[in-house]
Amino acid sequence: MAIQCLILGAGQEVGKSCVVAMIGGKKIMFDCGMHMGFSDHRAFPDFSLLSSSNDISCVVITHFHLDHIGALPYFTEVCGYNGPIYMTYPTKALAPLMLEDYRKILVDRRGLEEQYTYENIIHCMNKVIPIDIKQTIQVDKDLLIRAYYAGHVLGAAMIYAQVGEEKMLYTGDYNMTPDRHLGAAQIDRLSLDLLITESTYATTVRDSKYLREREFLKAVHTCVAAGGKVLIPTFALGRAQELCILLDDYWERMNINVPIYFSAGLTIQANMYYKMLIGWTSQKIKDSYTVRNPFDFKHVCPFERSMINLPGPCVLFATPGMISGGFSLEVFKQWAPSDKNLIAIPGYCVAGTIGHKLMSGKPTRIDLDKDTRIDVRCQIHQLTFSPHTDSKGIMDLVEFLSPKHVILVHGEKPKMAALKQRIESELGIQCEYPANNETVLVPTTQSLKISASKTFVRNCTTELDGDERIAEGILVMEKGHNAKIVSEEEFLETIGAERNVVSFTGWVSPLAQ
Amino acid sequence: MKLTCLSEGGGFYSPPCHILQWCGFTLLFECPVDLSALAVFSPIPTTGSSSSDNNSLIRAVPWYKTVASLHLWDPSSIDVVLISSPWALLGLPFLTRKPGFSSSTKIYATEATVRFGHLMMKELTFMHMEYVRYYGPDKKLGLPDWMNWTNLERLQMELKSIVLGEKQEELSGWVPIYSAGDIKDCIDKIQPLKLGEEVCFNGTLVIRALSSGLDIGSCNWSIKSPKGSLVYLSSSVFGSAHAMEFDYPLLSGHDIIIFSDFSSLDSMDYDEEDTNKCALSGESEDCSMDELSGNDELEAENEKMHFICSCIVDSVKKGGSALIPSGRFGVVLPLLEHICNLFDSLNMKVPIFIISETAQETLALTNSIPEWLCKQRQKKLFSGEALFQHMELIKEGIISVHPFLCSSDLLEIWKEPCIVISPHWSLRLGSAVQLLHRWHADPRSLLILEEGVHDELALMPFKPLKMKVLQCSFLSGIQMKKVNPLFQTLRSKIVLVPQSLRSQFTRRESELYKIYYYTKNEIARIPSLKEGFEAYLATDLVFQLQPTKLPEKNIAVARLKGKLLLRKGIYYLTLPNKQLNMSVKPSVHWGTVEPTCLLRALNEKEIDGSILHNENYDFCVCVKKPAEALIEVKGNKIMISCEDKTVSALINEALNSVCNRI
Repeated sequence: MAIQCLILGAGQEVGKSCVVAMIGGKKIMFDCGMHMGFSDHRAFPDFSLLSSSNDISCVVITHFHLDHIGALPYFTEVCGYNGPIYMTYPTKALAPLMLEDYRKILVDRRGLEEQYTYENIIHCMNKVIPIDIKQTIQVDKDLLIRAYYAGHVLGAAMIYAQVGEEKMLYTGDYNMTPDRHLGAAQIDRLSLDLLITESTYATTVRDSKYLREREFLKAVHTCVAAGGKVLIPTFALGRAQELCILLDDYWERMNINVPIYFSAGLTIQANMYYKMLIGWTSQKIKDSYTVRNPFDFKHVCPFERSMINLPGPCVLFATPGMISGGFSLEVFKQWAPSDKNLIAIPGYCVAGTIGHKLMSGKPTRIDLDKDTRIDVRCQIHQLTFSPHTDSKGIMDLVEFLSPKHVILVHGEKPKMAALKQRIESELGIQCEYPANNETVLVPTTQSLKISASKTFVRNCTTELDGDERIAEGILVMEKGHNAKIVSEEEFLETIGAERNVVSFTGWVSPLAQ
Repeated sequence: MKLTCLSEGGGFYSPPCHILQWCGFTLLFECPVDLSALAVFSPIPTTGSSSSDNNSLIRAVPWYKTVASLHLWDPSSIDVVLISSPWALLGLPFLTRKPGFSSSTKIYATEATVRFGHLMMKELTFMHMEYVRYYGPDKKLGLPDWMNWTNLERLQMELKSIVLGEKQEELSGWVPIYSAGDIKDCIDKIQPLKLGEEVCFNGTLVIRALSSGLDIGSCNWSIKSPKGSLVYLSSSVFGSAHAMEFDYPLLSGHDIIIFSDFSSLDSMDYDEEDTNKCALSGESEDCSMDELSGNDELEAENEKMHFICSCIVDSVKKGGSALIPSGRFGVVLPLLEHICNLFDSLNMKVPIFIISETAQETLALTNSIPEWLCKQRQKKLFSGEALFQHMELIKEGIISVHPFLCSSDLLEIWKEPCIVISPHWSLRLGSAVQLLHRWHADPRSLLILEEGVHDELALMPFKPLKMKVLQCSFLSGIQMKKVNPLFQTLRSKIVLVPQSLRSQFTRRESELYKIYYYTKNEIARIPSLKEGFEAYLATDLVFQLQPTKLPEKNIAVARLKGKLLLRKGIYYLTLPNKQLNMSVKPSVHWGTVEPTCLLRALNEKEIDGSILHNENYDFCVCVKKPAEALIEVKGNKIMISCEDKTVSALINEALNSVCNRI
């Protein structure tokens, strides 16, 4: 037997995560993401490689980031998949915001043709079955799935799937260290045939988070103290809340009264969801929440477009992240030319975005298009902390789970090659990192289902050999029946025979003489 | 399997209690405390009034009535404790604080049960402190004065039967309140579970909590073991306006159901006609699924809410206040929404106070647990609305929450008529006592009381009672008419039902499942259903097998030796870590020995023998060379006599080769 994996996306790249695994004859789609770097057909996984979209038993989405869910409305509403879709409660609550926000940017701002409509999103999300962490879901008679806490963003989950004795885990994105508002990933010691893990930071080992947080706060504080404006381009969910907790807390301690703004209603609305979903944040936040909700920020207020050029210092969280367009770009155009201002870029930026240009070198000007040129005189602060696990975390997880096989996805090819080397040489586990649209076959061991008699089991408990319980019996195999293991006595009984008793004596009876 | 019912409980707030012995383990279901028994204590009188003192109730710091039969069990013998609801958790600190309680005992409850149960325990100890402040702390160790026999003899019949129990055996169940430390130790020992989460106890029992629909966090239990599977069915509700719905699919297909829903004993609305109708319609499965949908329950509960609200409005219009002493989320939360909506539509402004030390935390918590709520409430999460309206209503100042009745900020805004939601339904604890002292003689005021066991007694110290009392019974379990359809849907082979409900089972013994009746404090023994165990054989072990065919039986057999593992209630046979000597055990052989075959086999080993016949034996083989030996065969008994050990071994080999063997 084998698990067959078709990598539809995030093979040797970051973007449009989508893996279809066939396990024990059941097809499961893990994630259904889009690629933010493309706006043509390459943005979506190539669903035409599936023989039919409806031989899939279920779709499971690990978290609300667009590179993991962006193609879902297209797959259900345009391709016509109508089976069950599972995601955690926070993902189901927050994903529509992400999807609609991005659709609007694409259609309204960039004027591109939409792949799916607002109604498509709503209709698709209505079909989603919400699940809780550790809840075991019986998808059908044979297939069961279970979500494990993954950190990364609110509601992120690793997905375990099992059919009979074949078992696999798809991690999605995860974080092995807790952050300001989320706990670290948590997993049971599962015996797995296959582990599919992300590898964004396949070769990076990160230093203490505390230090990086302090640097960030210092940079922001210095800027506003000198009367500058701080732009933090983020997506509405996740990083925005983490940094907000950090800043709100710092403002309180340092008694600063410079305003912190959130652009658009989206993030304000997102905070409302975070308040209801506080059970999914870290233990520390849960414990501190008895009466006051930590997502009730004291120093945070909404931002109006007219405030962009008002004098005085401020901190602004603006969407979208990576300065890929929209409001954050609008503000960037206004604030970048002043050397008093600061742009703090949190997290990963996809190639082709302004965020990526700012992070890779110190450009003094950016050509937006042939008519627009932005002078960049402001300071750039790069926040290197990211909600992804680093290479140590990946190695720790692989070692802890000790699966029979590892497949790497969601990473950059050369780094993945290096990580594959380490996993194979240090842990002795077979590892692969297939490209998009490749299929990998992972062999699995299969066990034979039999029945065991009570006497057989009882007999063995007495026979201890070290830590192992050793059992001995007789396996009876009959055509058309499950094999059955029994004790010797039971066996003779089944065949209706009596045991021959041989005894020995050294004395030869006189009869022989 | 042995089931011992320790208590049948009494109503929503004190669930039943059972011990189950299965697969070599002892499991305790529920650890309740009977708070309705608090009625035997006199409430704290208001300062300056002596009118309420002329009652025959016990004047002392209350003790608490736990399940008396549970004290007969050695706490260290309990392996697993399963708690189905916050109310079934309230007695747990009494058990865990016992010196014999083992740290290896596993306690499982849903996360919501633990969090709400924890808040309720804290609230109980807070309210209890009022008595301690009034009477002063217990001065002496040992039993309080009211518990000595002379004082007990003086009690009124009704009080006596509550204190001692009907069979005079429950006095040992009374214990003093637990401390904050006891609560913390208890909560720390619990392993909280999500709904549908699988936990494995000792590799043998796979335990799962599945929503029962009764209230937030309450659950039924599914347990799978090598010996089969069972369901512990606690009081369940099919249609809930707040808690996660009753989970059918995961409950069905278990071998055994332990039916532990005694709610129909208390409810008086048992309807003969309904049952007959259902006995007829319960035949087809489609029909029964329909009946279990719970829409009728939702409607009935909704009607009740409307009726209560209209009574409250009537009182308020006349200038009277309404007191609602209740601890059920299923009553309080929907009632708050209904009454606020009604006031809003009538354009009335009436202050609503919630008075409890833990109310603020409890209310905040209810708004951040979407995973534990019904689909309708979850929809609010997905559309970005608050799960319950009360957070908004508090923000708008329509509802205000206060820890004590006499806190200064409450006194500032206090205005009558008003509506007060207050713990505790026993009318002995919390602000309800003071408010009853205040309002009991006001005929315009309204008291909303849940139907319980000792209503008369509970109200006794507040007599003469002029205020209106509205008694409501809320749905607290499975209606009798739905029991048979439920059993059919769940497709179990054996159902255990309380003897006390036997008369209500009008249906004839079903051919689909077998019914056993159990009685309090008697052991019900259930025979094992399974012949063998489910097991998996690892492929690498299969490759080592050397099967022999037995053509006459049409089977193949093979000797098998391997490592036996028990994981999640299933046995696994795998290759041992170190190589095993497969020939340690002498082989088994059977079947008749043919004399000529034996001679031929001996010949091959260069042993010469001749056959002798003797009346004592089937036959004998006499051997002269290479050493003297005799082989005597009688039935399945074979005796080899020889002085030379090598020859003896050779003869045995020859014998083996002519027998069927493995």
